[in-house]
Amino acid sequence: MSVIKVEGLSKVFGKNTKEALKLLDQGKSKEEILKETGCTVGVNRASFEVEAGEVFVIMGLSGSGKSTLVRLLNRLIEPTEGSVFVDQEDLAKVDKNILRRVRREKMSMVFQKFALFPHRSILENAEFGLEIQGIEKEERSKKAKESLDLVGLGDYIHQYPEQLSGGMQQRVGLARALANDPDVLLMDEAFSALDPLIRKDMQDELLDLQESMQKTIIFITHDLDEALRIGDRIALMKDGKIVQIGSPEEILVNPANEYVERFVQDVDRSKVLTAEHIMKRPATINIEKHGPRVALEIMKEEGLSSIYVTDSKRNLKGYVTADDASEARKNEIRDLNKILKTDVPTVTKDTSMHDIFEVIHNSPVPIAVVEDGKLLGIIVRGAVIAALVGEGEVKIDNA
Amino acid sequence: MLDFIAKIPIAEFIEWLTDQITDTFSFLFNPIKNQFGDFMEWVADSLSAIPPIIVIIIVAALAFWVSGKKFGLAAFSIVGLWLIYNQGFWEELMFTLTLVIISSVLSVIIGVPFGILMSKSKTAENIITPILDFMQTMPAFVYLIPAVAFFSIGMVPGVFASLIFATPPTVRFTNLGIRQVSKELVEASEAFGSTGSQKLFKVELPMAKSTIMAGINQTVMLSLSMVVIASMIGAPGLGREVLSALQRAQVGTGFVAGIGIVILAIIIDRFTQNLNTKNAN
Ligand SMILES: Nc1ncnc2c1ncn2[C@@H]1O[C@H](COP(=O)(O)OP(=O)(O)O)[C@@H](O)[C@H]1O
Ligand SMILES: [Mg+2]
Repeated sequence: MSVIKVEGLSKVFGKNTKEALKLLDQGKSKEEILKETGCTVGVNRASFEVEAGEVFVIMGLSGSGKSTLVRLLNRLIEPTEGSVFVDQEDLAKVDKNILRRVRREKMSMVFQKFALFPHRSILENAEFGLEIQGIEKEERSKKAKESLDLVGLGDYIHQYPEQLSGGMQQRVGLARALANDPDVLLMDEAFSALDPLIRKDMQDELLDLQESMQKTIIFITHDLDEALRIGDRIALMKDGKIVQIGSPEEILVNPANEYVERFVQDVDRSKVLTAEHIMKRPATINIEKHGPRVALEIMKEEGLSSIYVTDSKRNLKGYVTADDASEARKNEIRDLNKILKTDVPTVTKDTSMHDIFEVIHNSPVPIAVVEDGKLLGIIVRGAVIAALVGEGEVKIDNA
Repeated sequence: MLDFIAKIPIAEFIEWLTDQITDTFSFLFNPIKNQFGDFMEWVADSLSAIPPIIVIIIVAALAFWVSGKKFGLAAFSIVGLWLIYNQGFWEELMFTLTLVIISSVLSVIIGVPFGILMSKSKTAENIITPILDFMQTMPAFVYLIPAVAFFSIGMVPGVFASLIFATPPTVRFTNLGIRQVSKELVEASEAFGSTGSQKLFKVELPMAKSTIMAGINQTVMLSLSMVVIASMIGAPGLGREVLSALQRAQVGTGFVAGIGIVILAIIIDRFTQNLNTKNAN
């Protein structure tokens, strides 16, 4: 189900917006419109839907309209044209009271330069949204503390923003946004002001939080690496227009046009991409419940020649091949352990493409991505090649 | 060549206008003059009734506290106030203090809302700015004339003249302070669904506080200077001592009363400044 649906959303800055929209219809460029009308096109007819629980990344160079677009979603900037549907309600048309309610209960925002209130303690900052809603002191500080605990700042509640490092400040920003328990998080270059290592930590932490909280996140960035790491889908913007929307793989492998291609070319794929980016959800069987018969059935259904075997807790046990399984069925062997192969090629989710390539080269089966013995996903050869080559010739097959 | 038209009767017009205002609003001015005048007398008398030693101790203790537990200002207050007492100007000091405090408080009460209005509306800003410029550049003495017309002589017209002269910095700095609040913070408060007044009271005013306090500091200092000038229309206090010394060419007395004003000015200035930095931390 889509949480946010954007239709033909535009923003033109300036006085003569009608004229500018007309010129947009005629297909004039942002530059031409600026010259002719003095208006700046911020966002040009953006349309997309964001699904519940999705991390939707909006990426583009500086000035491409990302900040404007995200501010149109909660109407910090008034749209010139178009609709933003949140729960069937067109935010572009609702009155102030409804808009305020949506901002209070459904959408929270995290800012590039943190935008913490320097005169408020960390706790008071995290409480801000709840305070605005008029929630009792006791309840709001309880919720704010929970939220600060979540981002690992439970011990800092009485400090002030200036006493914390940048990374910690942005955690407070995140906690402040989460304290409201919103459905949607809007994050405008939330990690761009942080230095690279801390930035990576924050990305990981956001992904962890996302796994447990299942918010819908709209994340703005100008950094492809970041977009690839955290995005379920990525929208690429240029001059206010969305030029491509797709999964990270799609963007890398099938750039929609030259602009996207140039963006993508700058990325050294073998460095940027890790196992995590190209792994797929595996088909598995459970050694505690299933025998060779079920294994064979699933392999047939999915068109596989081998399948990974786990226990109920997703701990990786090994794999069985289709040949062994059908042999076992003929001989009426019920126990998977008899045919289990344990020479599994494994990598961790942070293994680089380059290293993956070495491993997969001599492996008869897809590689398993494991963490603490648990199977996170699998990588098939096609995906590695596609990502390394970076051209549309090799299709990623869905293993 | 330049005499193509007879002298334009601006002065006559202003006189006429003042008369009109006096007549029309006398129902308002008279009770203000009487009751407000009585109130100020009462405040000044009450202050004078407190034994000077107690006042000095309280001021010194407050000085110690506002200056962040340093002794400088407290010591200066003790010596300075004692000197004024020693010179026999204690009661005058209390009158001056009353005038300054009351005019400043009124200036702030009037000035801050206008500053907020200015910060929220470009139109208001465009209208109010030239008025403020006018109020501040007009020589302070000029305000004494309508003040007398409206409120006769004494403390009340003194406060009136002081309001006109001393309010502008508070208005300007409030406007400036609010406009200086970073755009991201304003956005943050809006993004969380603040109403206009929540935004104002929870974010803008607290963030603008130190700028507003700088304006208030100026307002207080201007009030003090106006209160001295207002002695010309019968406002009591240290200013009147300076004036009468001037009229009788008593250099010594004039100097001593002047020193009293300087001491008061320094104490008030440091107090408001220190309060400001204290708040900022
Ligand atoms: N308030 C504004 N008034 C006029 N032009 C603006 C305003 N805000 C943004 N713009 C213009 O809109 C375009 C998109 O800006 P922005 O959304 O900030 O880009 P990004 O966040 O991708 O860097 C830019 O050309 C910028 O100059
Ligand atoms: Mg931006």
